[in-house]
Amino acid sequence: MREISIIRISSFLTVASLILPGPASAHLVTTGMGPVYDGIGHLLLTPEDLVPALALALFAGLRGAVAGRRAMFLLPLAWIMGGVVGSKLNVTSAFPIPALSFLLLGGLIAADLYMPAAAFTLLSILVGLVHGFLNGVALNEGAGLLGLIGITTMLFILVTLVSASVVSLKRPWTRVAVRVAGSWIVATGMLMIGWAMR
Amino acid sequence: MKGEKKRFFQIFLVWTLLFCPVTAFAHVKGGEVIGLISGLKHPISGLDHVLAMIAVGLWGAQLGPPAIWLLPVTLPMVMALGGMLGLMGVPVPSIEIAIAVSAMVLGVMVLIEARPKLWLAVLIVASYAIYHGYAHGTELPPGGNGLLYSIGFVMMTGTLHATGILIGLIHRWLAGRMALRLAGACIAMAGVMFLWRAIL
Repeated sequence: MREISIIRISSFLTVASLILPGPASAHLVTTGMGPVYDGIGHLLLTPEDLVPALALALFAGLRGAVAGRRAMFLLPLAWIMGGVVGSKLNVTSAFPIPALSFLLLGGLIAADLYMPAAAFTLLSILVGLVHGFLNGVALNEGAGLLGLIGITTMLFILVTLVSASVVSLKRPWTRVAVRVAGSWIVATGMLMIGWAMR
Repeated sequence: MKGEKKRFFQIFLVWTLLFCPVTAFAHVKGGEVIGLISGLKHPISGLDHVLAMIAVGLWGAQLGPPAIWLLPVTLPMVMALGGMLGLMGVPVPSIEIAIAVSAMVLGVMVLIEARPKLWLAVLIVASYAIYHGYAHGTELPPGGNGLLYSIGFVMMTGTLHATGILIGLIHRWLAGRMALRLAGACIAMAGVMFLWRAIL
């Protein structure tokens, strides 16, 4: 009888430990190397954020060195500001908001559209605020503000490298290649909307 | 006593299996690899798609600037529009027939080295691109990530198109021009075969 009660207790403990749920790793990539690296990993592995950041860098590069310099500082700054606001709120949207960034930025690249400096500044801030806000909401349950610092650091590096590379392109066909990349980004944005409406 | 123990273990085993939990990765993204790989593979999984996309590149190379860069910028966007229509459930009739006809028409364009006005060339390519996009856009395997699938298929379609343009660069030599026309003839004949299959 005593033997059975021991078995019962141990089996109860076993079942109880099996029922314990695993971690709810909502939205974020966990690197195991701390929140800053989680943030870096999140940006690099999340196309919804990575592609618009690269797209803005490509467009900045097409618009020249001045636009490139603006983007490399304004985008991360706006991103972190949006992130701080987002981390205080818990807003979700069924509509894939990043799809709009894909369409807008990809369209601007594909058309190689001239844009006045003020409008470009506004665009960089807007993209940074929106995506930073979305990141901030996601980071609420994970890496927190340190994760946001990781994201913005990586953003600065990416935007600097990509926009500088595009500025340095001299041959006409290389600019066409950048515009083709823009059309790919628009195409992906259209499909994102399609997936959302499915 | 022994029977009671056995029964207890049986019940214990069943309950343990029932309660065996799956880690609750709430909202975490999944199917990234499946999505991207499927997207990359889909445009090259059918010869009809491959030939049509390469034909667009060959034709663009024959037409020269500005078509050579206008077509690769336009094509992915119109294809995605087709994909979006498919995803939204808008019915588009006779997809397979239209894809077969696209290979046929584009092959003929390369064969005769047609030089229509730019808007007409773009219109011809765009109208067929909608059907190709429609076919690609709706075929995400279960569990795959939709965004990465889309990125994969747009990238691979663009790569096929670029391959066509690169091959088409032989157009600068006389022998190259003849070879391109021959390739156009082959693509048109393949299109006839696809059409035959689609109708039957």
